[in-house]
Amino acid sequence: MPSKQDILDLYFMDARCKLIDIAAFLDRMDRFDGEPDYRFDGFHEALAAMLEPGEQSRAQAVLNTLSDQSKEPIPKAIIQGAFGAPNKKAAN
Amino acid sequence: MSYIEPHAHMVSRTTDDYQAMAIAGCEAICEPAFWAGFDRSSAQGFHDYYRQLTDYEPKRAAKFGIKHFCWLCINPKEAEDSGFAREVMAIIPEFLDQPTVLGIGEIGLNKNTVSELTIFEEHVAIAQQHDLPILIHTPHLEDKLKGTRLIIDALKNAQVDPSKVIIDHVEEHTAGLVLDQGFWAGMTLYPESKCTLPRAVDILENFGMENIWMNSACDWGISDPLAVAKCMQEMKKRQHSRETIHKVVYDNPVKFLSQSPNFSL
Repeated sequence: MPSKQDILDLYFMDARCKLIDIAAFLDRMDRFDGEPDYRFDGFHEALAAMLEPGEQSRAQAVLNTLSDQSKEPIPKAIIQGAFGAPNKKAAN
Repeated sequence: MSYIEPHAHMVSRTTDDYQAMAIAGCEAICEPAFWAGFDRSSAQGFHDYYRQLTDYEPKRAAKFGIKHFCWLCINPKEAEDSGFAREVMAIIPEFLDQPTVLGIGEIGLNKNTVSELTIFEEHVAIAQQHDLPILIHTPHLEDKLKGTRLIIDALKNAQVDPSKVIIDHVEEHTAGLVLDQGFWAGMTLYPESKCTLPRAVDILENFGMENIWMNSACDWGISDPLAVAKCMQEMKKRQHSRETIHKVVYDNPVKFLSQSPNFSL
């Protein structure tokens, strides 16, 4: 089994790079005009869930936050794709 | 090391990909029927697609020493029109006797609609009638968790033997749901969505090496036909033994796929 040191050696630089990319993405959103949509709200909720995951793993907490939590099938599809975050306003 | 690619859409790939996979150690490829990236305009279009999967593609793979198998269905993205879907499903039985057909797949859900669920259940019934295994696609991104739950409920209602079902594209939030109910789980290795290589190894470490496989699901989108071979390297970097790696990329797929009478290496 690898040690924490091994995991750092394997993945720290990659994780550092992705962390800076997230920070730069947030800066980019700050810098441009217009209103964000539900995806950006979901992104912020997922960031908070990652830091305070509770009983779940951090990855599970992020994925669950970015998931549609409704239970029943919808009557009809109006699109074929997905956007990566639930549109809670549309669901209500 | 030899490996099985249990989910790849080779009709979308080049012969260079076949060659690279063969050099990397791929012995067999299993190709589920799927969406072409656009909706087909007629049931006859699916007839031609099934001919491609059962006749042409195995010959193309054989040129590189790779065995090619397939799964048949109408994919959930085209199942919203249930009348059209049933027209296509009526074609499937005439292909089930072809020597490289493994079972029904990749069926499942896309946007978790009533019609998709109905067509999913009708596909499951075909598999049960012919005693064939089932390969299931779970929805993308925000729809995956809900879709996985609906799929599991439908399979339990139909009293399907879970050991004959693989539920694909699991991630950290769905792997436990699938494995805890006795189903097999598939992880798809994509650069941007589903599982990255390190996350796939995390899932193996957290959920165990039983009843699970990994695949590239390479198609016409951003995907990597060598993803399984690269994940073998990732497992090695994480200090997994050669035996463990072989179990995940070879023994496990062979164990599940051997439930299909047409699978042999």
